[in-house]
Amino acid sequence: MADYQNLLTQVQVRGHVDYGVALPAGDRRDLITGASHLFGRLGDAQLGPIYLGYTGIASLVFGAAAIVIMGMNFLASVNYNPIQFVGLLPWLTLNPPGPEYGFSPFVPLQEGGWWIIAGFFLTISIVLWWIRSYRRAIQLGLGTHICWAFAAAIWLYLVCGFLRPMALGSWAESVPFGIFSHLEWVNNFSLIYGNLFYNPFHMLSIVFLYGSTLLFAMHGATILAVTRYGGEREIEQIYDRGTASERAALFWRWTMGFNATMESIHRWAWWFAILCPITGGIGILLTGTVVDNWYEWGIANGFARPY
Amino acid sequence: MALLGFERKYRVRGGTLIGGDLFDFWVGPFYVGFFGVTAAFFAATGTLLILYGAAIGDTWNPWLISINPPDVSYGLSLAPMAKGGLWQIITFCACGAFISWALREVEICRKLGMGYHVPVAFGMAIFAYITLVVIRPIFMGAWGYGFPYGIMSHLDWVYQTGYTYGNFHYNPAHMIAITFFFTTTLALALHGGLVLSATNPGRGKIVKTPEHENAYFRDFIGYSIGTIGIHRLGLFLALNAGFWSAVCIFISGPIYEGSWVDWWDFWKNVPIWRNEGI
Repeated sequence: MADYQNLLTQVQVRGHVDYGVALPAGDRRDLITGASHLFGRLGDAQLGPIYLGYTGIASLVFGAAAIVIMGMNFLASVNYNPIQFVGLLPWLTLNPPGPEYGFSPFVPLQEGGWWIIAGFFLTISIVLWWIRSYRRAIQLGLGTHICWAFAAAIWLYLVCGFLRPMALGSWAESVPFGIFSHLEWVNNFSLIYGNLFYNPFHMLSIVFLYGSTLLFAMHGATILAVTRYGGEREIEQIYDRGTASERAALFWRWTMGFNATMESIHRWAWWFAILCPITGGIGILLTGTVVDNWYEWGIANGFARPY
Repeated sequence: MALLGFERKYRVRGGTLIGGDLFDFWVGPFYVGFFGVTAAFFAATGTLLILYGAAIGDTWNPWLISINPPDVSYGLSLAPMAKGGLWQIITFCACGAFISWALREVEICRKLGMGYHVPVAFGMAIFAYITLVVIRPIFMGAWGYGFPYGIMSHLDWVYQTGYTYGNFHYNPAHMIAITFFFTTTLALALHGGLVLSATNPGRGKIVKTPEHENAYFRDFIGYSIGTIGIHRLGLFLALNAGFWSAVCIFISGPIYEGSWVDWWDFWKNVPIWRNEGI
């Protein structure tokens, strides 16, 4: 009973590198390949190849530029002392412009201009990476589900750093780049607007965050429990249902009276995961723009208890 | 009828942990078993006690109903029913129901010839719950440190407990737990999206294969973890989210009573840079 739970790969066979599904003539992958024994314990051992392409390289360049701008500002704030840089790293921050600059794109570099440039480069990098996610899917003839899930995350990012500050006309509303400073922003955001736990979209976002974790625990565990019947071959099980799918479905049917199918569980997964940032972004966008105090809003709408 | 077309041949006797054939039957789609009976008993008792607690409370607004733990002054003793005793019995029933449910899952696994991953994973969630309402209160010396059972009241408890320790965002185990929650959700989006993109490539197009899935992720980020690996990774990430959640609340109180903001002063006092003007 305890000898085949398939938690790790026990025997690794190392063959030739799999270069992957053929690309159209004239297009090519960057054949940077290798293998990792540790990765092979958990999943595939093969590293690479990768398709960088123009958007990939441009994305990495802009992303690196954003990180360098943040790092140089951190360094400048400790007078270029590398030891202090490490010692104070969790507290170092690159802050957005103050409220006196409104939503102006032209802010002195030391007053938040660097923050605008770093954010701008980071956004370009992310958007280029999104284009990449789309073009790779199209070229392989796949659906674009991952791209739209990625877009949901970008929505939340843009709400925090751009759309909500724009709606309020102030960069100062935006999130600083820094480890503790962004946590402080999250903390103060809740305190300023009357306890974010009373924001119904925050509630939904957390439900989908915890729900996604619950779903992946359920799904990952179910599939691993039927790998002895080939359950990890999900695409084949979807179109040619085998005993792995049947047992996986009956497990949940007998447990809780309801079961997904091999395909529908992935629709549950996708929706739960993307609704987390979508509802979260709505909740943040409404805060300070439409609702100033969620606790008082809760009292007005009959779900908060006046103290 | 609740029987699926392929279901009949799977409905075989045996695999029970306790009770032999006594409860080895189904009700509608549900398997019963000995632990189905105990789960139903605990769940029904707990639910009825919650309704009773609501009835003697001051509101029927479902957002505001709250079954509160006893006052801290009761310590670890039993409290009068209306003053937290209900919470104590409901907590006992919840633990009984959750553990029964996990053992019932074990019986179903045995019946279907499956691995025990799901009940083990559920065990992590039960562990996190028991940490909150049993283990931590015992270490702190009062049931009053458990959280109240109510939609808004449990949120208030989280809010107040977080600020009791300065600022919970600075709790290192809380950081790790949140990172695992976010990463699990990211990985779930990628996995769900990948399978859907291979099986739903668009009208008129041929369904793709795991080779396409591998090619997509290698092209995209230079690594594809593979069809078994993604389920191992997902389970690992999800279980860690639950485990570190339990850790982050357990260390707040029983292990460390100060502010988590101040806790980070140790970092500033690392000898390498202690004298560098930090």
